[in-house]
Amino acid sequence: MAYKIIAGFLVLLVALAFHLHMDMIVLLNLSFIKFAMNGLLVLSLIPMLNAGMGMNFGLPVGITAGLIGMCIAVNFKLTGLVGLLISALLGGFIALAFSEVYGRILIAVKGREEIASTFIGFSFIPLMNFFWSLVPFSNRQMLYPIGGSGLRPRIGLNPYFTSTLDQLWSIKVGNFVLPFGLLLVYGIIAGLIHYFFKTTSGKSICAVGENDAFAKASGLNVKKIKLLSVRISLVIAAVGIVVYAQSFGFLELYDAPLMMAFPAVSALLIGGASAKKGTIIHAIIGTYLFQSIYLLSVPIANELLLPEISEIVRNIITNGIILYALLISEKGGRYA
Amino acid sequence: MLKKYQMPLFFFVLSIIGISVSGLSPSFVLNETVNRFVRNGVMIFALIIPIKAGMGLNFSVTVGAMCAQMGYIIAIAAGLGGKLGGVAALSLSLTFAIVFGVLIGHCLNQVPGKEMITTMIIGFLANGFYQLIFLVCVGSIIPVKNTEILLSRGTGVRNLIDLEPFRGVLDKIFVVTLHDISFPMFMIGVVLFFGAFINYLMHTPFGKEIKCVGDSSDRAYMVGINSKKVRIKAIVLSTVVASLGHMIYLQNIGMLNVYTGHLKHEIFASAALMAGGATIKDATVRQGILGLLVFHTLFIVSPQAGQQLFDNPALGEYFRSFIAYGTIALALIVNLKNSETV
Repeated sequence: MAYKIIAGFLVLLVALAFHLHMDMIVLLNLSFIKFAMNGLLVLSLIPMLNAGMGMNFGLPVGITAGLIGMCIAVNFKLTGLVGLLISALLGGFIALAFSEVYGRILIAVKGREEIASTFIGFSFIPLMNFFWSLVPFSNRQMLYPIGGSGLRPRIGLNPYFTSTLDQLWSIKVGNFVLPFGLLLVYGIIAGLIHYFFKTTSGKSICAVGENDAFAKASGLNVKKIKLLSVRISLVIAAVGIVVYAQSFGFLELYDAPLMMAFPAVSALLIGGASAKKGTIIHAIIGTYLFQSIYLLSVPIANELLLPEISEIVRNIITNGIILYALLISEKGGRYA
Repeated sequence: MLKKYQMPLFFFVLSIIGISVSGLSPSFVLNETVNRFVRNGVMIFALIIPIKAGMGLNFSVTVGAMCAQMGYIIAIAAGLGGKLGGVAALSLSLTFAIVFGVLIGHCLNQVPGKEMITTMIIGFLANGFYQLIFLVCVGSIIPVKNTEILLSRGTGVRNLIDLEPFRGVLDKIFVVTLHDISFPMFMIGVVLFFGAFINYLMHTPFGKEIKCVGDSSDRAYMVGINSKKVRIKAIVLSTVVASLGHMIYLQNIGMLNVYTGHLKHEIFASAALMAGGATIKDATVRQGILGLLVFHTLFIVSPQAGQQLFDNPALGEYFRSFIAYGTIALALIVNLKNSETV
């Protein structure tokens, strides 16, 4: 339902962009990059959603793991694909460590995971701010120029791995550039998740999500399965932020990940996921629609001489969609 | 006994450590605490009724804060000042608060068991619309008489509006100074009055209905209470108290940050309430007052303590945010753990 409204809005924006004589080829190029850049963060929500743990508003926890991984890679001045791979690997391992604690807490607050994960994410950010300001890294380009201690809020990745994936095996057709390597990475991870949900472990995750009392009665270890879904979610989120940062060109620390969960959740919902079940297709459609709208709205808003409006519209779409999904998902509940 | 007071005791000990580390003079800290008590006091009481009604923390008190800001902005935009402006701002913000409270209440009746996350999203969404109205619509679609408050491009309200006609009007009434600590007795009275009002309300038949709905909506249904209606009333009341609280806050500050002034109040109020020993299932006025005192004392001293301990005031700032978010997270986890979901 929601995606029809959003798709209509996108058509309107495209028409407006044509009317304002914007370079549609460049916008199309960018739309693919934006899609894959944010895509993995959206995909990371799916395992936990299907395990019945709701939308993972605690996404900053996974993101932070990836950020630490990247910081270590940048500290040792690793460049190119090697740097990216090491970042993703380290980030993944740190995410596994985080998920042991995070997952157990969420299992304990069964049924109210969403509000609990929101606040775990919110309180994890200032905790990590201590880490960023005290960690003894030595690469001068990461540290505050004055004083020489504490990481900068924004670390330029230009000498290390900016756009490494974006430019990997890119295919040029006239003005149009297809970022094949980037889309391939996205495709492989999406394919793995899709395949995973066909295996026994994946099916048991869905079984727990649909009815955990029944799953328990049929001999599944509900706790273990939920923990598995949290692990997968956080690892993908950690890899996702690595892909995001290489496209964005900056490593953003401190309060930057605070609100990142909300656009990702909204994208998945736009694609047609319910508050209880989501698939790869939902993530793909939702991410593309959401990111294209944001991409188009920025130049259009500038053209209209109201540059703030694109951020505001994004905010309204993000939270409007989440609210809409919350309201319809519980219909027929106790008070209805 | 100890369990009941462990949260405020923990905060009290932290505050004492903070005061001794920061090197701030006790009279400064006390002055600031009193000031923050009257500034933030009323907002915290807005949270108590929804908790009693079983809806958890009402993070959409930001909507009430936005109503208060809208009231002030409209009064200033119409060029009203003094008593007339004050009455106009007050009546406008109360009207907005009632309308939006009813809307929020209807939304929350759709999502039993997920009220908290919903109120949070409602707060964010309302913020989006609020920004759209004041940054884009005012001046372009909505005409303004007092063009001084507009940005130089003619569309959108300035970031900062001077509330000169309203600054400190209530704070200056009946101030008693003991040594070098000043007590605005009238405002302390107002905060305590709101507390007493909420306390009284819980002992009226309406309050009993709220408690009954909060305990179990099935039982409420059995005794013939319309839980939906009671819940809507609870949220309307909460939004109204929140908007009054924010009006008091703004006249104390004297400046209106149009786009950021309403943010994070829900977090600080909730955290202060939790610091007073309240849970997301039960809260009392006494816990609110206790929480206000201990939480804000810690807030005052932590940046300076960070400066003294680590030579870096930012660390005290992070500690503050961590305490605010962490207190709520802890309260949620402890309360929801092993509890049967609704």
